[in-house]
Amino acid sequence: MLTVDDQIGAYVEAFGRRQKQMSAQDRWCDSLQEAAMNRFVELGFPSAGDEDWRDTRLEHITNTAFCLAESDSSNCSEATVASHGFPGLESTVLVFVDGHWNPDLSSTTPMSRGVYIGSLAVAIDINREQVEPHFAQYANGQQDSFAALNTAFFDDGLFVYVPNNTVVDRPIHAMYISSASGGEPAMAHPRNLIVVGQSSDVTVIEDYFSLGDQKHFTNTVTELVISRNARAAHYRLCRENQNAISVTTLRTRQSQDSNLVSHSVMTGGQWIRNNLHNEFTGSNGTSLLNGLYVNRRNQHVDNHMVVEHAAAHCSSRQVYTGILDDQASAVFGGRIIVAKDAQKTDAKQSNRNLLLSEAAQINAKPQLEIYADDVKCTHGATVGQINEDAVYYFRTRGLSEPAARALAVYAFASESLGRIDLDSIRANLTRTILAQLPHGELIEEVV
Amino acid sequence: MLEIENLHVNVGGNEILKGVTLSIGAGEVHSIMGPNGSGKSTLAQVLAGNDSYEVTEGSVVYEGSDLLSMSVDERACAGVFLAFQYPAEIPGVSNTQFLKAALNAVRRFRGEESLDAVDFLALVEEKRKVVQMDTSFLKRSVNEGFSGGEKKRHEVFQMALLEPKMVIMDETDSGLDIDALRIVSDSVNSMRNQERGFLVITHYQRLLNYIVPDFVHVLVKGKIVKSGGKELALDLEAKGYTALSHGKSPAVAGVGSN
Repeated sequence: MLTVDDQIGAYVEAFGRRQKQMSAQDRWCDSLQEAAMNRFVELGFPSAGDEDWRDTRLEHITNTAFCLAESDSSNCSEATVASHGFPGLESTVLVFVDGHWNPDLSSTTPMSRGVYIGSLAVAIDINREQVEPHFAQYANGQQDSFAALNTAFFDDGLFVYVPNNTVVDRPIHAMYISSASGGEPAMAHPRNLIVVGQSSDVTVIEDYFSLGDQKHFTNTVTELVISRNARAAHYRLCRENQNAISVTTLRTRQSQDSNLVSHSVMTGGQWIRNNLHNEFTGSNGTSLLNGLYVNRRNQHVDNHMVVEHAAAHCSSRQVYTGILDDQASAVFGGRIIVAKDAQKTDAKQSNRNLLLSEAAQINAKPQLEIYADDVKCTHGATVGQINEDAVYYFRTRGLSEPAARALAVYAFASESLGRIDLDSIRANLTRTILAQLPHGELIEEVV
Repeated sequence: MLEIENLHVNVGGNEILKGVTLSIGAGEVHSIMGPNGSGKSTLAQVLAGNDSYEVTEGSVVYEGSDLLSMSVDERACAGVFLAFQYPAEIPGVSNTQFLKAALNAVRRFRGEESLDAVDFLALVEEKRKVVQMDTSFLKRSVNEGFSGGEKKRHEVFQMALLEPKMVIMDETDSGLDIDALRIVSDSVNSMRNQERGFLVITHYQRLLNYIVPDFVHVLVKGKIVKSGGKELALDLEAKGYTALSHGKSPAVAGVGSN
């Protein structure tokens, strides 16, 4: 077992090795990365006393010396990409393997009308004027250890730039593949930046999965800027292997009249911390933050949400739903902050949980911080068991008890799945979730 | 086809049914009438297999098998159908999903193929028209937000779809207006045949003007106190239940059964 100091030291060493390898390059963001590393060393990992981490232990990260993943695309082929695609979804595919961009496996996209969809590292070199105003401006690398760590270590990630008055028709499907095969447990720090211009529209799917079964650590940060009257749909699909550790951070900033739909679906992984910070800086913005976690064995998922109403007349909806079986545990920390001038804010938060076993656990902590006086804010967290009336009713119509139970459990997830409007993704996730529910196969023919 | 013998049932430690004996033959329509709290719904739930009801004595034989030893879904697959007084509302499962799951479960039990999407929808369309339900109900969640009348029509619709042999209707008439009552009754009457038995539980004689029973039984305080033909219902409507609950000895149960 490593002491925490050893652990920090290991990251410092890894950073040093990385700098030596990259010394030939000289990029404008180098100083940012170095400053972030220094800040991480100052911050260290969150301690047990940190209120934001009260119900989530960090041992899965601090007990392992993760090495920086080499780009190992050898076991990643076009077939890998094809088999993880969503049949029927016409998308622009970007592939990142162990944190590094793989141009050969990515779609070649004509970047018409000033749209950029591709590697952030490339954009840092050739599109500095698009990246620099936003990069590391929103994610809180000063206070958040993992954001600092990501900034320090990121090698690449997705950069999407949509100019004003532009609709990007095809969803962007970014695959973050961890090879997770052999050698030391690896870490990757994908970094994404999505900038949506005024009155524009884009859909981005961040899709995290592993090829092998080995433990690995993914620490990803996405900054999403939605300009005036623009719309963005963002998907975060966590379907990594059962030993995977991940911290995912989505930081959004919404201008006036903008709209965000965010879906976070967590079905894989051993341990997930999902940070989502949705900020309104202009009036009349709306957001829907839809989340679904279906966990079993000893999986742990911690959803840490902050919705910050800094402007008036905005409306936010957080709806997070969880189904926990075996010894799985989950945390829902949901904070709504309404600034003094954010009058007529309409913020709703709901967290529903279904526990399928005695040992499954959920800790829900809704928090409201309201400094305005004319607002509508509600929050609610529920924990329940399976709807026995439904099970009985189904059985009186001939469904076996396991099938009736599976259908009653599916019912709990279906509202959340129903909010996903890309049919091919919804269908795929429904299959994934059925495969994780007890006797889900019995109801495959009807859902 | 259904032989209920000296059935005693407890609910939460209280004895609700105190020795019910009733025999329903194939092709017969029996009606059970009785005041509130007489045990009518308890009888319906026990026959469907609800495990919050405890059978302390007696037996129920359905087509030669011990019904009480069968699970809820075994009973359903074997053809026992309960039209609920208060059907569960189930958000998150559409009626299409529910009906398909139910129909295929029953069909598989009968050794029939599952229906594909096209045949399933054709069958639903055919049955839907009988109970005059709007197509939009298929996409809605099971019973969610249904009016009282819609719920009852949905129960009858399921009956038409699943084609059970022994139908138990628990106050299907309550909450129905005259038009809905006629639709429901017409559906039931169209399903009457030589093989199918019906047990129609109701408070009011009104339903029995539409679904004319072969036999009427009066259940009071957990016992059948009187049995007779359809005219008994009219008699009750005129005199009320109280005339029966005082002093009169129970009539021979299962009159006319075979």
